[in-house]
Amino acid sequence: MKSVSIAALGLAALLPFQAVAQDKPEEINIGITTFTSGPASVFGVPGQEAARMLAENLNEAGGIQGVPVSLSFIDEGAGAETLTTEYRRLVQDENVDVMFASISSGNCINIAPLAEDLEMLNILWDCGTQRIFEEADYRYNFRTQANATPEMLAPLLYLLKNNPDFETIAVVNQDYAWGRDSWELFSTALKQLKPDVEVVGEFFPSFGASDYSAEISRLLATQPDVILSTSWGGDLDTFVRQANQRGLFSNSQFVLPLVESSLERLGSDLPDGVIVGGRGDHYFLHPEYKDGEELQDFVAQYRERTGDYPIYPAFHMAQAFAALEAAYDKAIEANDGGWPDREQLVDAMAGLEYRGHGRPLTIREDNQAIEAQLIGTTKHVEGYDFPIIDNMMIFDGADLMPPAGENSIEWIETLDESFVEEVSADEYQHEE
Amino acid sequence: MSLQILVLTVLDGIAYGSLVFLVAVGLTLVFGVMRILNVAHGSFYALGAYAAASLGLVLSAYGISAWFAYPLFIVAAVAVGVSVGGLMERFILRRIYVREEYLQLLVTFAIFMILDNVQRLVWGVQPYFYTEPLSLMGNVTIVGIPYTAYQVIFLPLVALFILFGLRWFLRKTLAGSLIVAVTEDREAATAIGINARKVFFLTFIIGTTLASLGGALASPTTSVLPGMGAEMIVLSFAVAATAGLGQIGGAAIAALLIGLGRSSAVFFMPELEVVVPYLIMVIVLLFRPEGLFGKTTARKI
Repeated sequence: MKSVSIAALGLAALLPFQAVAQDKPEEINIGITTFTSGPASVFGVPGQEAARMLAENLNEAGGIQGVPVSLSFIDEGAGAETLTTEYRRLVQDENVDVMFASISSGNCINIAPLAEDLEMLNILWDCGTQRIFEEADYRYNFRTQANATPEMLAPLLYLLKNNPDFETIAVVNQDYAWGRDSWELFSTALKQLKPDVEVVGEFFPSFGASDYSAEISRLLATQPDVILSTSWGGDLDTFVRQANQRGLFSNSQFVLPLVESSLERLGSDLPDGVIVGGRGDHYFLHPEYKDGEELQDFVAQYRERTGDYPIYPAFHMAQAFAALEAAYDKAIEANDGGWPDREQLVDAMAGLEYRGHGRPLTIREDNQAIEAQLIGTTKHVEGYDFPIIDNMMIFDGADLMPPAGENSIEWIETLDESFVEEVSADEYQHEE
Repeated sequence: MSLQILVLTVLDGIAYGSLVFLVAVGLTLVFGVMRILNVAHGSFYALGAYAAASLGLVLSAYGISAWFAYPLFIVAAVAVGVSVGGLMERFILRRIYVREEYLQLLVTFAIFMILDNVQRLVWGVQPYFYTEPLSLMGNVTIVGIPYTAYQVIFLPLVALFILFGLRWFLRKTLAGSLIVAVTEDREAATAIGINARKVFFLTFIIGTTLASLGGALASPTTSVLPGMGAEMIVLSFAVAATAGLGQIGGAAIAALLIGLGRSSAVFFMPELEVVVPYLIMVIVLLFRPEGLFGKTTARKI
């Protein structure tokens, strides 16, 4: 009896402090899954660097609504099992306030239901598979950037608008989920939008392949009008270099929807005239924002930190941070100035409007963001020792996505040739 | 099927097979002599590639002609093979020769993992590329298709040189004869006064140097990046197993077979490309469990 009353007394003594702490926590702890090992660390490390930089900036400016943020990282390269264990640990033992997961689509598919079980606000900060919100309804999961559907339709539309006279196409994609899924989206759309094109080669060399000589020989012999590759990282670099060494670029129009992330590394090995994408409107010379202070500061600071220009994962990270800030602002306003609990924060994510370093984004009713897509063509210019993006087109993301809740492939199958004209794009040239 | 396609298939098969042989031959040699399947062999391939690319980038930074890269490749390979390989043999492998095979496998696998992380610590995660030696040799056009001379002429020549050089070394030199003697019968060799320890040390260094050389020679053709050793060790193992572990000439033929199999797959059935090397291995092992050229030996008790 005595001990109970002492415990009660202790609790009562703690209460006022606890109420204050609930009003405003000491810090907001963000858990981030990213690749710091394995081939995908070409994305993971820039994402991590950007996250650290953004957190430092945020804390210098007083944090989110006066509360500083702290970061915890999990390596996605350690494997799916370790990832889910670590994810649980961060959520249950470290009491993180929000999770950003992940880069790999496979990891996103595994983690989304887990986040739902744990009732954890989970921001899918980089992964691309369109299946997540098409195959399930989630309350706690949100994606703060586009998905594979607009990311594949935009380069296809760019190709059809700018080089409509092609008859044959070949594809060289990595042999794993993204390589296969992106080709399914692209080829299904191509069949609808330009049915007379013949697919003359489908190659899926192994993930991490070091040699594409045989594929290149066959492509040189077949001479397809267009060659598509959605590969990335070292695989894409190797393919581009080996293809360029043997003159494949002079025969065929290349479409490389992820090559924005390789431009600086490839340098002069990537010739002019290649169609470039960067999974959204991510570009350090974004034509609509390049003269603005925000983008310039972001690029300058990132370069100072890493020595490189920011690539799309860095921009994706900035979007995730922007969304989180906007969600806290919105939730606090809805809560009459009081600090929101997690449910209130999750409520605020729905329909959220925010902006990273591209056009403004909106989270639509299936928790998927609508993001613009910037596609262009490589060009070597004075002042950069790697190709920049010229002849840019920026597509509105909403035009390139099925209505919320619909399956992308089924939606694409309802499109026809008129779609190419229907979808408009804003055009820009490279300017100094 | 046109003649052109046939020629292309053969050329691509030879180019790929040459590179695979350069790496696999070291694995085969080490196994043949020491009976250790060195999983860390893939790390030496990666380390050789990283060392070569780094030295090459230093060359270009100082504006030195890329012709010097060729001798530097050998320097890089020997440096990695002797230092890292030597240390590994002296301080780790030497302790486990008498242990069970599975333990040896686990230890070399652990070393592979450690070296993989060392690469990441030293060189980071962004891919390296040093193509100048390859561009320097230019292209040759065969049946209307441009090839890099480096891949279709230089690498196959190096592979042949290594193959015949190694055979000559093992058959005609004293050091080679000692290695052969220890391979045939370690106890008898030790009994007549051969220092088996020294022979093992020498063999292991030759094996790791060959792997590093394979990596160094591969570096101008491909991205040097974390994880590149894993692909190579699996492929080398397929070659070594197909040939029969310890068979050097056999490894050359198996590498060629796998190279040709892979290029034919790309030309005629791209879906099979990824599995072809292992398909060949499985088919060979089903009918000849000791490999194409392996000898069935009575187990020594």
